[in-house]
Amino acid sequence: MSEIALVRPRRRVRSRAASVALGAGALVLLALPIYLPGFWLGVGLFSMSAALGAMGLNLLMGTAGQLSLGHAFFVAVGAYGYAWFAGHSGRQGTVDLSGLGLPPVLALMAAVVLAGLAGVLFSPISGRMRGLYLAVATLALVYIGHHVLLNARSVTGGFNGRQVPEMELFGFTFSNHHPDTLLVLGVPFGRLERLWYLGLVLVGLGWWLARNILRGRPGRGLAALRDNELAASVMGVPAARYRAAAFTVSSMYAGAAGAFLGLVYERIVPDSFGIMVSINFIAMIVIGGLGSVGGAVAGAVFVSALPLVLGHYAGSLPLVVPAGMEESGISPVEASNYLYGIAILAILVFAPGGLAGLVRRRSPKVPTQEER
Amino acid sequence: MTTFVQMVINGLALGSVYALIALGFTVIFRAAGTMNFAQSSVMLLGGLLVARLHEALGFWGALLVAAAATALVSVLEALLLRAARKRDLASLAIMTIGFNTLLLAELSRQIGSDVLSLGDPWGSRIVEFSGITVAQTRVASLAVAGVLIAAFFLAFRFTRWGLAMRASALDVEAAALMGIRRRRLELSGWAIAGGLAAVAIAFLAAFPSQGLDQTTGEVALAAFPAAIIGGLGNPAGALVGSLLIGVTEAAAATYQNDLSLLGSGLSLIAPYVVMVAVLLVRPQGLLGTRETSRV
Repeated sequence: MSEIALVRPRRRVRSRAASVALGAGALVLLALPIYLPGFWLGVGLFSMSAALGAMGLNLLMGTAGQLSLGHAFFVAVGAYGYAWFAGHSGRQGTVDLSGLGLPPVLALMAAVVLAGLAGVLFSPISGRMRGLYLAVATLALVYIGHHVLLNARSVTGGFNGRQVPEMELFGFTFSNHHPDTLLVLGVPFGRLERLWYLGLVLVGLGWWLARNILRGRPGRGLAALRDNELAASVMGVPAARYRAAAFTVSSMYAGAAGAFLGLVYERIVPDSFGIMVSINFIAMIVIGGLGSVGGAVAGAVFVSALPLVLGHYAGSLPLVVPAGMEESGISPVEASNYLYGIAILAILVFAPGGLAGLVRRRSPKVPTQEER
Repeated sequence: MTTFVQMVINGLALGSVYALIALGFTVIFRAAGTMNFAQSSVMLLGGLLVARLHEALGFWGALLVAAAATALVSVLEALLLRAARKRDLASLAIMTIGFNTLLLAELSRQIGSDVLSLGDPWGSRIVEFSGITVAQTRVASLAVAGVLIAAFFLAFRFTRWGLAMRASALDVEAAALMGIRRRRLELSGWAIAGGLAAVAIAFLAAFPSQGLDQTTGEVALAAFPAAIIGGLGNPAGALVGSLLIGVTEAAAATYQNDLSLLGSGLSLIAPYVVMVAVLLVRPQGLLGTRETSRV
């Protein structure tokens, strides 16, 4: 991997077959809501949110080589930020909530910026620290953040959380009303179908940005820093600033992921943003392949879909029993934890490139390191 | 004043238990160059074994068996890590996270929603002297952890093993040329960390906490800040950091009514707040040395 930063990569010309495949893939994604039942749409939406976060973490870990366990915190900042910016002040249950009542689109952007700001605030630490030190330091964010979420009741609603306002764009809401019935080819498009397209736009935008960041000057600089800090500094890469910037951008991705996750959940509670969320994000990008944007998305789909799918089919799978049942067996969440654990270990032992590396190895068109 | 003294004693007792875990992190960091994120589940395994075996073997017998088992599991983890293709810091750390996910999944299936008693001999008895009341478990943990920590430091300073450990931390290649078997040394580090973890959890699950449940292992996470505050890889630093964190946590718990402005449950996040504060001033930790590189 270490040569990548210093050797100008061969310009990749997308072959006709690849373009056709890309177009076909996009068409399938656009058409899916017409065919998929609600459960699978939900799986898709969670995967999209995870994909956004994973792309951000991938910039930080895969490219900059910084290990962060604090991703869940920034996801929470995005989710609560959106709920606060877009929400209205008033009583909800037993708690008096505050809110700015901004238009939802503006609130979404503001939430992303807020997550970025949180990343900037952490930059005195994230810029100066590397690797394991940063991993433990970011652990602090998750725990302190959880404490704040529980206690800052007027903003977060405390333990019971807060309702997330619907997304709305020029009078069109991403919910079950306004317009109340929306038929596309005879299929009623409700909240999940509408959010699907919002998710696609966000993931598409995130993908495009990530590819450009990685291929441009910042990506090269970060990869150089990861491979050899001293050499990179001598070549004029400002180490602390680049690290802090990578951390900030990755927080913004997490913020977008959080805001979208909030829209999917409809109600957010502090316990949805624990340390396991951070670990799942790490699992995603390791399984997908560190440093690859497509891999991050694939890993995100795998990790977020697995427990849901296992839970859905628990009745018909051997060994796995539905959650809450008294029978002895493995619950869906446990089963998926076994599978991630094994997947992470197996990938790091047998295929360090992750899913992306496996795909690359199969396709002969891209020259390998040795051939260059 | 008595509250203050009680707080300090409780804090030091807690800190000494953290120190057992943090010393584990330190030796693993020295030996393998990575942080062991699986320590919490290895600990939990130790606790589960003590809970299952204490009726048959007695508390101390069960603890001995559990410590041996966690040492073994730790060594197995190290062997697994050796199989990694990429041996950079991040990959190794992520492997320990993967190992943790796997082991934790199995342990939480075993434990379920139970709260297990470890059958320690102290129960909920308390010690009283000149108006100060402290739980017996706290005194016991101070004593046991104190002995183990002292033994560790003596071994580190005066035995061939300690010399090998220090030499290898200074210069791996030179140490290897002097005939130090790095592989064995590394595994010994993992084994020690595993064994200490089992002892630590026996005290963490004892009174005043209710017993062992799925989340008891998470306390190991509080020892991460301890190891970092002192400076990673520095045993004295780990001890200082652990005591600091233990006392801070006890203080936050004792005076939480005066601190209610900052919200309830402050003691849970105290270690992290201390860590962030220390890292802002000294990114390399209290006793760590700043990394320098010669051009």
